[in-house]
Amino acid sequence: MPSLGADMEQGVLIEWLVKVGDHVRRGDVVAVVETPKSTVEVECFETGTVTRLLAEEGQTVPVGEALALLGAATEVEATVAAPATVEATAAAPVTVPVAAGAGVAAGAPAPSGAASGSTARPPLSPVLRHLARELGVDPTTLHGTGRDGALTRHDVEQAAVAPTPATTSPHRPRVSPLARRLAAEEGVDLTSVQGTGPDGSVRAEDVRRATRHTGSGERAASAPTSRVEVKPEAAPEEPPPPPMSDMRRSIAALMTVSNQEIPHYHLSLTIDLWRSLQWMKERNRELEMSERLVPAALLLAATARAARAVPELNGHWIEGAFRPAADVDLGLILSLRSGGLLVPAIGGADRLSVDEMMARIKVLTRRARSGRLRGSDLVPPSITVSNLGDQGVDSVLGVIYPPQVALVGFGAVAERPWAVDGMLGVRPLVTITLAGDHRATDGATGSRLLKTIDRLLQAPEEL
Amino acid sequence: MTTTPSQSGSQTAPGSPREMLETTLREIVPDASLDGVNGDADLRETFELDSLDFVELVERLGKRAGFRIEDDDADQLRTIDAATAFLSRGMRRIG
Repeated sequence: MPSLGADMEQGVLIEWLVKVGDHVRRGDVVAVVETPKSTVEVECFETGTVTRLLAEEGQTVPVGEALALLGAATEVEATVAAPATVEATAAAPVTVPVAAGAGVAAGAPAPSGAASGSTARPPLSPVLRHLARELGVDPTTLHGTGRDGALTRHDVEQAAVAPTPATTSPHRPRVSPLARRLAAEEGVDLTSVQGTGPDGSVRAEDVRRATRHTGSGERAASAPTSRVEVKPEAAPEEPPPPPMSDMRRSIAALMTVSNQEIPHYHLSLTIDLWRSLQWMKERNRELEMSERLVPAALLLAATARAARAVPELNGHWIEGAFRPAADVDLGLILSLRSGGLLVPAIGGADRLSVDEMMARIKVLTRRARSGRLRGSDLVPPSITVSNLGDQGVDSVLGVIYPPQVALVGFGAVAERPWAVDGMLGVRPLVTITLAGDHRATDGATGSRLLKTIDRLLQAPEEL
Repeated sequence: MTTTPSQSGSQTAPGSPREMLETTLREIVPDASLDGVNGDADLRETFELDSLDFVELVERLGKRAGFRIEDDDADQLRTIDAATAFLSRGMRRIG
C-alpha cells in the first residue's frame, strides 16, 4: 500500500485490475485504492508476473504493507507496495519514497504515462483493458478518439452500449465506483437497482434510493444527498468523489497545522502579461485545437522554473530544518465541482515546456475531477500553486501546505490601466502572490521568486 | 436578441447545433442540460466552466462541428444562442 498523501496511514483496496498470472510492467495501473480524500489508481513499480494477491477487495491495508506478490522471470518474488521500512507520518512525508510516484519523477516529460505520444496508437491503459474485458468489448476493433488515436474510456463504454440498449444488455450494467461501494456496504444487489444515469447506468443516488426502499439504508439516509441534488452528479465515467466530510476533515486538519505551526509571510507582485498572452495567441494559431494553451500553463511553467532558480523555497521543513527538494514537483490545487480540493503534483515541472505543462494540467484536472487520480499524481509536492484566477479574485493570500515552505497564488488575469515608459495603457495584468514559511526564508528570498516569475513571463518564448 | 423562452425550452432536434452544444457540454459537465436555461445566459457562469473546461468545450465543439474554432471566436460562444448561431454559420460555411 503506497503512501498517497502526507497524512495517509491506510487505504482501502477497492478493486484489483490484475489477477494472478497477469504480466505487469512498471507503471501499469494494477489496483484502485481509496484514501480519505479520493479514489486513486495505484501503479506497479516492478515488472513481473502476479503470483499472488495478498489483499482482498474491500480490505483496509496499512501503508507499507504488501498488496500482492510478483514473480520475475526467475520466480523471485517482489512485493507490490512501498517498502515495508517506509512509514508515512505527517511529520516526515518527504522521507516517504512513494513507490507509485517514481514513474513520473523519473520519467520523460511526457503528458502522462498512458497518453504519451508515440506515432503509433498508444497502448491501452490497464484500466481500459480491464473495462473492455468487463464490458465484453474487443479493444482492437475500436476506433480511438483520444490523443494520437488512443482509446478513451468513452470509446470503450460507447462500444459496450452501442449494440443493445443498456437496460436489456447482457453485460453488467455500468456502475459508478461510489455506487458500487455503497451497494457493497448496504448489501444491495446491483442487478436489482434501476439505473437513472446515462444509458441506464447505476449511480450512487440509485443505490441510496434502493436502500431506502428496502429499509436497510440507515447509513445511506444519513449520506450527504444534498451534494448530489445541488450539484450536477457525475456520470459513470466521471464518478463523484468520496463523501465530502472526509475530504473536508482532511483539509481542516492540514490547514490548522499550517496556521498553528508556520509563521507565514505574504508578498505580492502585479505582472504585465501582455507579452506572454501575445505569444500565447500566436502559438494557439499554430497548435491543434486539442493542444491549445491557457494562461495558467505559462504561469505554472514560469513558477516551476522560478522554484528551481530559488531552491530555498522548493522543499520541506522537517524536524526543525529545511530540506531542499531535488526536483520541482509542482502541487496544483484543484477544486472539485462538488466542493473540496485535491492537490495532485506535476513531477519534474521545471523541465516541462509550456505545451507539455498544458497537457499535464489537462490530464490531472480530468483525473482529479473523475475521482481517478493515479498514485504517481500524488507524489508529495515540493511547492504548491493555488490558481484562483477563474474565480475572479484579484489575489490569493495562501496557506502553506505543510511541510512545504511556499505557496504561490495566481489571481485573475484582467485588463487594467498600466503605465509603460511614461505612457498609460491598458494591459492584461495578474497579481501573483507568495506565502512563505518565515522559519525557512525571509521576504528577500520570496521577492526573488516573484521577480523571477515576472522576468520569465516577459520572455515566454524561452519557457 | 433572438432569445425567447419557447426557443430555449424547445425540444432539441437531433444533429442540430443545439444538440451538438448540449452533448459536448455534457462531456464536460455530466448531466448538463440546456432545458430551461435562457438562451442569453452566460455558458461559463451557468455551467461553472473554468478556463480549462472552456478550452475543452471549444476543442470538442470544433471537432464535432468539423471546423476549427479560433481563440478569437471564443467570444461568440458566450451564450447558448450565440454558440448555436456560430455553429450554424460555421457548418453552413463548410457545407
